[in-house]
Amino acid sequence: MKYVALVYYQESLIEAMTEQEWHDLNQECIAGVERLTAEGKYVTGQPLQPVTTATTIRVRNGETLITDGPFAETKEQLAGFYLLEANDLDDAIRLASRIPPARLGSIEVRPTRELPPKD
Amino acid sequence: MSVMPASPAHIEQIYRDHSRRVLATLIRLLNDFNLAEECLQEAFIAALRQWPQNGIPDNPTAWLISTGHRRGIDQIRRNQTVRRHAHLVESDDDPSTVEADETPIDDDLLRLLFTCCHPALAMEARVALTLREMCGLTTEQVARALLQRPTTLAQRIVRAKRKIRDAGIPYKVPDQHELPQRLPDVLKVIYLVFNEGYSRSEGQHILDVSLVDEAIQLAESLARLLPHGEVFGLAALMYLQHSRRDARQDQDGELVTLEQQDRSLWRQKDIRLGLDWLAQALRLTPVAPYTLQASIAAEHATAKSANDTNWKRIVLLYDALHRQQPSAVITLNRAVAVAMRDSPQDGLRLLEQLNSSKEVLSYHLFHAARADLLRRAGDLESARLAYQQALTLVVQEPERRFLARQLRLLEEQLASRS
Repeated sequence: MKYVALVYYQESLIEAMTEQEWHDLNQECIAGVERLTAEGKYVTGQPLQPVTTATTIRVRNGETLITDGPFAETKEQLAGFYLLEANDLDDAIRLASRIPPARLGSIEVRPTRELPPKD
Repeated sequence: MSVMPASPAHIEQIYRDHSRRVLATLIRLLNDFNLAEECLQEAFIAALRQWPQNGIPDNPTAWLISTGHRRGIDQIRRNQTVRRHAHLVESDDDPSTVEADETPIDDDLLRLLFTCCHPALAMEARVALTLREMCGLTTEQVARALLQRPTTLAQRIVRAKRKIRDAGIPYKVPDQHELPQRLPDVLKVIYLVFNEGYSRSEGQHILDVSLVDEAIQLAESLARLLPHGEVFGLAALMYLQHSRRDARQDQDGELVTLEQQDRSLWRQKDIRLGLDWLAQALRLTPVAPYTLQASIAAEHATAKSANDTNWKRIVLLYDALHRQQPSAVITLNRAVAVAMRDSPQDGLRLLEQLNSSKEVLSYHLFHAARADLLRRAGDLESARLAYQQALTLVVQEPERRFLARQLRLLEEQLASRS
């Protein structure tokens, strides 16, 4: 099964980090991806720019509405995602618990859905 | 086939004894909770039709499993969802070859329990699913027992089953190295079921199911399937607490404190069973949380009178428990034990340290314990205030009446002084 692991944390925690700490965290993430890849569990993933760069788009009555910022103001911000190939939820939980930012914020794990066949 | 006659009553008995095992295996074979439940019912309908004529098979469980499995596969074939289940139909898992071996069936029961208690499900859903699937209660029975509306409960169960399927919660017993992390989840659900039953056994509700009995049965079957010290510890704890059921309240349904209970009413048979389970637990997990709590309950159960209670040992046990599970509630209980061992003032000093925690201040038992210690220390005016505080926070009716009575007694005492 495929699962998405959404990584959330308070960006203020990251901003408070020293350059060395930030460097180490990134290196740890790189090593984590390498391990996931070696295990055949990593499909894709991407860290994101801070939430201050977010733009929200809605289309209503054919009109595109654009607003600054994320869709919802939350305590923790979306910081990146992984697409994982896992045997089951227990496996996905095990993999997600090894994503380094799990120690700082939280990881939401969700099974993916396939679109129905084309008509 | 044996020649044993099969009356509907016989078959009903077999349903009670074996339906959970049959269901647990069907869920594994069919990979679908709802289909497995349907097929379980169909297998028993088939039994009701065939067994009165043909006699009860030598191994009814195996017969029911293979019959249910066959029905399930037929239905999968009929269904339009053939594609999703294709791997099952094509597998060489021929229902006629289903082994009558006890071990894999026991494994299925464990799988079912671990799945129902999976931490990815909300606690309410775990309790409801466990009572429904593991204990075999009907949705109406579970709803009544948990004081919930049947429709709410049915929805909760449907949602939980959907999550099990769609989120890929595995139908398996955790690996040995995962067990220490996963077993407490299961024990917590069982103990919650027990406490749900225990806290409202005030006689107002006439129930056709006893959650207390269901919880004890769950722990005992788990102990058989998974002989872990903490499972024994939980069984011990529940038996020891339950042994006091006749003494916990007087004829008017008023709560009676442990100190004032008539110990001759404690059920010796339950105490013996509890102590037996505890002896087994102590050999394996002497300082694990449930075993420690059972050890504390055992100290009370074996004390000849309230005055003979070994508070010295109880304080030590609470110390150990606090190291395992630091929590305000345990600190509170420890403070009361210290008060009994040393003096009310010593207990009160420990309670003062808890005063800063918001969680504790909103907990009625904190104020009730403080009130009791203040009363024992002779500070009746402060005790009165503490009882009043406790009364503003208490939820359960019998506890409210108990606190109101304590307050009344205290006010009478204060009035006679002035």
